[in-house]
Amino acid sequence: MTGTTSASGLILPRYLREPAEKRTPVGFPNYRSTALRAPLRTPVDLPQRLTEVTGPVLGEDRVLPHDADLTLRNGGEAVGQRILVYGRVLDSDGRPVPDALVEVWQANASGRYRHVVDTFPGPLDPHFDGLGRVVTDSLGRYEFMTIKPGAYPWGNHHNAWRPAHIHFSLFGRAFTQRLVTQMYFPGDPLFGQDPIYQAIPDEARDRTVSRFSLERTQDNWALAFEWNIVLRGREQTPFETDDDGDVA
Amino acid sequence: MSAPNPLDVPDVTEPYQPRSGQRGSGFLTDLFQLGTTPSATVGPYLAIGLTWEDGVWAAAEVTEGGFWIRGQVFDGAGQVVPDAMIETWQADPDGGFASPEDPRGQATYPGFRGYARASTITGEYEVFTLKPGRVPDGEGGLQAPHIDVSVFARGILDRVVTRIYFADEADANAEDAVLRGLSDEQRRTLIAEKTDDGYRFDVHLQACTDKGMDETVFFAV
Repeated sequence: MTGTTSASGLILPRYLREPAEKRTPVGFPNYRSTALRAPLRTPVDLPQRLTEVTGPVLGEDRVLPHDADLTLRNGGEAVGQRILVYGRVLDSDGRPVPDALVEVWQANASGRYRHVVDTFPGPLDPHFDGLGRVVTDSLGRYEFMTIKPGAYPWGNHHNAWRPAHIHFSLFGRAFTQRLVTQMYFPGDPLFGQDPIYQAIPDEARDRTVSRFSLERTQDNWALAFEWNIVLRGREQTPFETDDDGDVA
Repeated sequence: MSAPNPLDVPDVTEPYQPRSGQRGSGFLTDLFQLGTTPSATVGPYLAIGLTWEDGVWAAAEVTEGGFWIRGQVFDGAGQVVPDAMIETWQADPDGGFASPEDPRGQATYPGFRGYARASTITGEYEVFTLKPGRVPDGEGGLQAPHIDVSVFARGILDRVVTRIYFADEADANAEDAVLRGLSDEQRRTLIAEKTDDGYRFDVHLQACTDKGMDETVFFAV
């Protein structure tokens, strides 16, 4: 069986996975925490059925207008370099994904997260929580105003520092499209020693690095970085017929 | 042909059409015109970005038939993982999905959204939900009631996916195409056990033979 899956005479799309050599593995030995946490057995193939090709569309009811501006919190302005982070959410067919909830979280300018387990002695910023949410528009566009996150140490190995990054979480439209990822900044000198970045196969790494955008950089206010996110697209094969000879 | 630059996206203005019946946008000749964005771990600070007050409520509090699914996530040393996130997605009791992508139409079931997100920060996750109905399996049969589950955590670079089935659905489970493809041992790891106020479903990211723990079956979707 290739191509379509029929369910009670309905055509279901199939969301293609890229081959393993282009995807991030679940575990990576140099990232020590994966040793006891990344499953060791080969996952079982689950044919995509109704549960897998549907998914929640969690819209604007959980996003407030100011959620897209991380630089204004608790009655004041965050410290650090303001940056506009913007882009589009597309599927691998190049189609925009509208109404997609995009959640971001990140360290502040000093490299410190507002989180109880973060003990790095970088200063906390009372006006930066590091959390943002936005829903993509009809063309899949999103944007955040935020502060460029600092690098921070994390104890994975001697003198281990994470490259500056922003965490992204996206649902897409189907359970199969769910993605949690990290956006990096161009030319970061820490890429070479970061196992979380290095775990990404060579040819896919560039996809996690944003592009400096002079076009959207705001005079006398903020730098800009563009980052487009590509979710899994639907299979391109033509319709197939079911056992009755009808189009499924 | 050289690999397309993933950042050089076409300026498509046609939005994603839920269930239009059209496959693809018509201008592609190859699979994966754009390389997908690779996943990354949620890291240790996921509670900043991914906590929702209503996260655990797939069904509203007073919904008739609602119950709790609770469980723990264990690592390969048999230790409880307190910084994981569980997400669940499922059909409503009538077998419909609260999704515009359901080709049978987006279902609405009173007080039910079908999705929940919970952390394991207390050592245990919990989700309040309803028993999903049976949905077609695409092969002429019906699937057993099931919930799709994503597990995210520090130390996992790509979410892992499993399914919850229910111990009190033995007949349906026996007919389920997914369960039938698994060994008895594997199947056991997917069955939620009945409790006083719902079900218990533990996730074992790896086997821990010292403690008699088997690795949960995870799926490639």
